[in-house]
Amino acid sequence: MKNKWFLSLMVISLVVFLAGCGSKSSESSGESSVLNGGAGESATELSYWTFVELHGQHFEKMLEKWNAANPDRQIKLNVTVMPYDDMHNKLSIAVQTGVGAPDISDIELGKFPDFLAGTPQLEPLNDVAEPFKDTVVQSQLDLYSKEGNIYGLSTHVGATVAFYNTEILEEAGVDYKSIVTWEDFKQAGIKVYEKTGKYMGTADTSASWQASLLLAQQESDFTDADGKPQVNTPEMARAMTMLKDLQDNNVIATIAGGQPDTEEAYGEFNSGNYVTAFMPLWQMSRYTNYMKDLSGKIAIAPLPVLEKGMHRSYGGGGTGTVVTKTAKDVQLAKDFIAYAKLSLDANIEIWNTLGFDPINMSVWDMKEVTHNPDNQFVKYFVNNPFDVLNEIKEEINLIRSTSASPTINNVLCTVTFNEIFEDGKDVQQALDDAQAQIEQELK
Amino acid sequence: MIKKVLYSQKVAPYVFVLPFVLVFVIFWVYPLLSSFGMSFQKVTLGQEAQWIGADNYTKLMGDTIFFKAVRNSAAYMILTLAILIPFPMLFAVLLNNKAVWGREFFKSSFFFPALTSVVVAGTIFRLMFGEMEGSLINSVLGLFGIEPVKFLKGQVTGYIALVALASWRWMGVNMLYFMSGLKNIPDDYYEAASIDGASAFQRFTKITIPLLKPTTIYVLTISIYAGLAMFIESMMLWNGNNSPKNIGLTIVGYLYRQGIEKNNLGYAAAVGIVLLLITMIINLTQLAISGMFKKED
Repeated sequence: MKNKWFLSLMVISLVVFLAGCGSKSSESSGESSVLNGGAGESATELSYWTFVELHGQHFEKMLEKWNAANPDRQIKLNVTVMPYDDMHNKLSIAVQTGVGAPDISDIELGKFPDFLAGTPQLEPLNDVAEPFKDTVVQSQLDLYSKEGNIYGLSTHVGATVAFYNTEILEEAGVDYKSIVTWEDFKQAGIKVYEKTGKYMGTADTSASWQASLLLAQQESDFTDADGKPQVNTPEMARAMTMLKDLQDNNVIATIAGGQPDTEEAYGEFNSGNYVTAFMPLWQMSRYTNYMKDLSGKIAIAPLPVLEKGMHRSYGGGGTGTVVTKTAKDVQLAKDFIAYAKLSLDANIEIWNTLGFDPINMSVWDMKEVTHNPDNQFVKYFVNNPFDVLNEIKEEINLIRSTSASPTINNVLCTVTFNEIFEDGKDVQQALDDAQAQIEQELK
Repeated sequence: MIKKVLYSQKVAPYVFVLPFVLVFVIFWVYPLLSSFGMSFQKVTLGQEAQWIGADNYTKLMGDTIFFKAVRNSAAYMILTLAILIPFPMLFAVLLNNKAVWGREFFKSSFFFPALTSVVVAGTIFRLMFGEMEGSLINSVLGLFGIEPVKFLKGQVTGYIALVALASWRWMGVNMLYFMSGLKNIPDDYYEAASIDGASAFQRFTKITIPLLKPTTIYVLTISIYAGLAMFIESMMLWNGNNSPKNIGLTIVGYLYRQGIEKNNLGYAAAVGIVLLLITMIINLTQLAISGMFKKED
């Protein structure tokens, strides 16, 4: 009798254990799900890797539309979401060895040059991008190109703006609309710290958004015209010295996680410990998804500038969607991603679902889309993002992405910014060391 | 004919040894030779590898980040040796003593961390040693009026977290080795020593430590290797391979960064070969000094 009980218990625990395994994702390092999108039996199943969970939601919408419009070329999409580094590393090994790569994948702008090195193992997308050339921002297609071939389709412009927590600013008696220059920002920050003990902004140690935007304002870059690294330029020194001065005056401070787009930082912002994030527009989706407490409190504004008249934004970050050479049905994959990323419909959905600034700029003027009162982003923010975007439309500079960029980014974000903001190392010295290190690594 | 070969006394030993030799050649010698060859090449995505002579090694010798990784790995190895050999030995001796209360409970609770996935353990330690006021260690420090510490941003504090993680995970395993070593020491020795009036400390230093030498050398050898080859602990603790100022970068982490993250497989192969040389030199020296190569009497 005892044995019987024991046996039943074993069987039950085994079933529970196996059921537990089954309900979770099959892959240990990523979560997979198959998007059906109303596809029939004969649909082709394509696999898609991404590091941004939200991108899958956009593809889900576009898939439904595609399947309805193309009954003879229907697709089922097998989406796998993996952490940023894991996904890029796995993809790199897969395309290099020619085994195990997905049909479609996202590649982040900073990593893109690695995939363009040598002979790209990605399919050129010129033919499918051609029909949309006149409607989308050309520079966004150039970002993911090599020798005249387009290899990735961009998701957004990534216009960088300032996100201000108006609740804290009101408490301190500061009006964010009056902040035009960094000097104004500093004075506001000093006031905020005195009145509330909170920091006006972050000193980023693990991302280069701030350095990039300050370089872009000065029409400078991390690389020269030939794509050679230059991180110890007077412009870069001016940028970092200015930020260091802000830190010394308790206007900005380093944040857990190292930059606004991390889990720890979402927590800090949510608790109202920092007022401002200077981030590309896609940070909006982080607010609506991960910082719900701040709903109705965040205002969007153009970036402060070093001197009046400088450009007040730059296009930051980005994701190129690619088709790998080993894709099951190359043409189908190409047609689908062009449809899902470049068509007018896609651009409208990119705003609706993801809250990104679409690369088809005609969407920026569609009031019924951008000011739709039911839109979650319109509801969340104090002011309408597109009112700001249209104001700075002509002022969005770009930072180049070259083969040296991944190395530059790695050195700055692991070593240099930490030395400057955590250890207080002399700015010029830190930048000179970074330049030497980058040159050594690129040798 | 086959029967004749199989039953032959001369051939049989080779047949029995063959599986090991095959595994050794396929999974050790071949990859080793192939990465040795690759360390003299430039391997780029989708292109034929190019022969570049000793360029990778010349570059490696001037690479400050590589030396930082070597220093980090060496420091980690030494710290883990300093903690993970004497303490497990002491605990093993204590738990071997029949007078100690709750021996089985302590044995299993010490061993339990080794069963935990390093990914889970690393993540938990990362949260524990987080820089926010509310993270576990900082909130404990807060009770004593100590300001929050950015543990994972400083070399020393980062290593406190890293070595704490290693100690927590491996204490039980090493203890188990020492306990099995202790089982091989006959009780008669201790009895005889007691009769001769030896104190507990004398018994420990004159009997236990010398007779545990083979176990100690084994634990030392695998700990040297494990220390130098550590990678995942650091990767999990710093949530990736890029720790601030590379304080958590290890040799294998650097190999991974060059080979996988930067697609520079030739250079990564050179890093691997240097790691192999360092490990071999340290371990062979250690084994020679401890007399393991001497013929037993």
